[in-house]
Amino acid sequence: MSLRIERRLTQPRWLSVAVPLGSLVVAFVLIAVVLLATGHNPVTTYRDMFEAAFTAPGALTQTLIGATPLLFTGLAAAAAFRMNLFNIGGEGQLYFGAIGSSAAGLLLVGQSTTVLIAAMIAAGMAAGAAWALIPGFLRAYLSTNEIITSLMLNYVAGLILTYLIFDSHSYWRDTTSASAAVFPVGKALPDAANWPTLGSGVVVPFGLIVGVAAAALLWVLYSRTRFGFEVQVMSDSPRAARYSGMRTRRKILAVMALSGALAGLGGASQVGDFLHTLDADPKGLRAYGYGYTGIVVAALARYNPFAVVLVAVLLGGLQNAGSALQGPDFPSGLVGVMSGMILFTTLGGELLIRYRVRLQRRQREAVAPASEGGR
Amino acid sequence: MNNSILVVVIASGVAYGTPLLFAALGELLAERSGVLNLGVEGMMLSGAVMGFWAVQRIGGPGGTVLLVAVLVAALAGAAVSLLFAFIVITLRANQIVSGLALTIFAGAAGLSSYLGNDLGLADAPAKHQFAPVDLFDLGDAPIVGPILFEQTWLVYASWALVALTAVYLSRTRPGLNVRAVGESPQTADAVGISVTAYRYAHVLAGGALAGVGGACFSLALTPQWVDGITGGAGWIAIALVIFAFWRPELCLVGAYFFGAFQALPFTLQARGVTLAPELFQALPYVMTVVVLVVVSSGIAKRRLGAPGALGVPFVREER
Repeated sequence: MSLRIERRLTQPRWLSVAVPLGSLVVAFVLIAVVLLATGHNPVTTYRDMFEAAFTAPGALTQTLIGATPLLFTGLAAAAAFRMNLFNIGGEGQLYFGAIGSSAAGLLLVGQSTTVLIAAMIAAGMAAGAAWALIPGFLRAYLSTNEIITSLMLNYVAGLILTYLIFDSHSYWRDTTSASAAVFPVGKALPDAANWPTLGSGVVVPFGLIVGVAAAALLWVLYSRTRFGFEVQVMSDSPRAARYSGMRTRRKILAVMALSGALAGLGGASQVGDFLHTLDADPKGLRAYGYGYTGIVVAALARYNPFAVVLVAVLLGGLQNAGSALQGPDFPSGLVGVMSGMILFTTLGGELLIRYRVRLQRRQREAVAPASEGGR
Repeated sequence: MNNSILVVVIASGVAYGTPLLFAALGELLAERSGVLNLGVEGMMLSGAVMGFWAVQRIGGPGGTVLLVAVLVAALAGAAVSLLFAFIVITLRANQIVSGLALTIFAGAAGLSSYLGNDLGLADAPAKHQFAPVDLFDLGDAPIVGPILFEQTWLVYASWALVALTAVYLSRTRPGLNVRAVGESPQTADAVGISVTAYRYAHVLAGGALAGVGGACFSLALTPQWVDGITGGAGWIAIALVIFAFWRPELCLVGAYFFGAFQALPFTLQARGVTLAPELFQALPYVMTVVVLVVVSSGIAKRRLGAPGALGVPFVREER
């Protein structure tokens, strides 16, 4: 007997639903084994996590707060990865979004909330896009691999953020208040720059609404416009795109800017919705790796903007459960183990969608040369 | 003379560069076989936590325990890389996303933190640690003493490993085969080299070396366990492979260069220089971007480019 893996000629529709669900089940079973092996009860752990994420009082609100940045960074990754542009600089682009939007909020003191929100969104998107255009430009004109450059710039962006608050007398730094004398902090934005919330039982941050709107726009852009069609052709067959006269370089710049703008919008939402200052504390904005988790979100959503919304809420719930249950009974690091494992099984499951796996009795066994053994 | 700032910076560059060197040599082996593994940070942290566990829990004379701990770290790194290898080689998944998955799975907020917590490793100093060894009694020699002869056994081992890797890749049959697998798996397959076996072997070797690199932190540089102890060294190691044009001997130079820049802010602070530390800390990252741009420019690419099939899954039926 041997395993044969052959490409499917047609992909049945039900598979694209059944396989991700199956992957999820497999991941949960595998992690249950890990939990059992390390002396934790998987049933109670899972139940506690579900309660902490969704059903406990106020849990859903916290989950939506956690989901908001992941929605933006997930969309940012999805927008770029669609074109096989592996922008893993969402983290740094989010920092720049925060820097840009907080500058706008501080500059426009005295303006109305509407003006402030619009300015913060615009400035955050512009700053994120500008930071993303560095690897974008290098890729388009000097064919430098964008994976490593965008990644390296994450660290540089983090250091710039630290520099602005901790090691300089920058525009963003608070140098007058009493608390600033004890520990370096950013200037507080005017109250009018606080983004509103919706709902009373379950509180929905304004940023989440903006994110859902951005997801819808991204879907329209990628599946209903000429721009989206060209992106699709360039990712499926760069050669065909070149022969048909599409302008690949311009498109690389446009897609990188779009991706950076979405991540920057996430930074603006962090400032406007939650932080109300430029936060450089290592335990604050920089602690959660929103940019990296966004790539997980995008991959699990198979780069579909609407699926990104759903997955962002799920992973937001997972992170919320992790921080709510933090303590001696709850294994630290379980959240990372779970996100990583779910991603692994989903990626592995893709194989079942694209290929058919067959058990086959080997016919040439007697004549097969020894070196062909394991195939 | 041995206290002059240049000697101190280079000597600490060697110490701080050693984990980068181990991890980069491992990544180089994987990439030469055509597999880009972005999970280095996760593999290093797995090695760091399990190496530290071995040192705390295994009894015996210090030297033996440390040797066992390094082996345990290598095993841990290889074990998590096996997961990645299965996903990308057997199941042909996207290598970039899978590598990130490995870093999230095993990284600072994943398995390494889980194990460190469940095994109760935090808040205790290491029972044994690698201390500098005065080789040939030359530790006091002017200039070269502190740089070359006053280092830990891990540093000396890494030099041997650089030589071994260089000879392996350029002078041995399996080494030439792995380069063929990385450049053109179809051709390698046609002459009877098992692409799958070579890729598995080199991804696992890469994981083992990353594990040892992680152990350099928890057993020598900062002998303790805290979540995320490697602080992004895994990502620098990936950049370093490109920086070194996929050559082991250049990995050595690059690792010490990067290490020196990491150590520089501490050294300067100790001497009362008050420049913004972020400036120096950002330099290695900016340098990597600059080097990447140079490497990807025309002439350099033809002479020194990446393995031809880097990042491309090999499917026998689809030539």
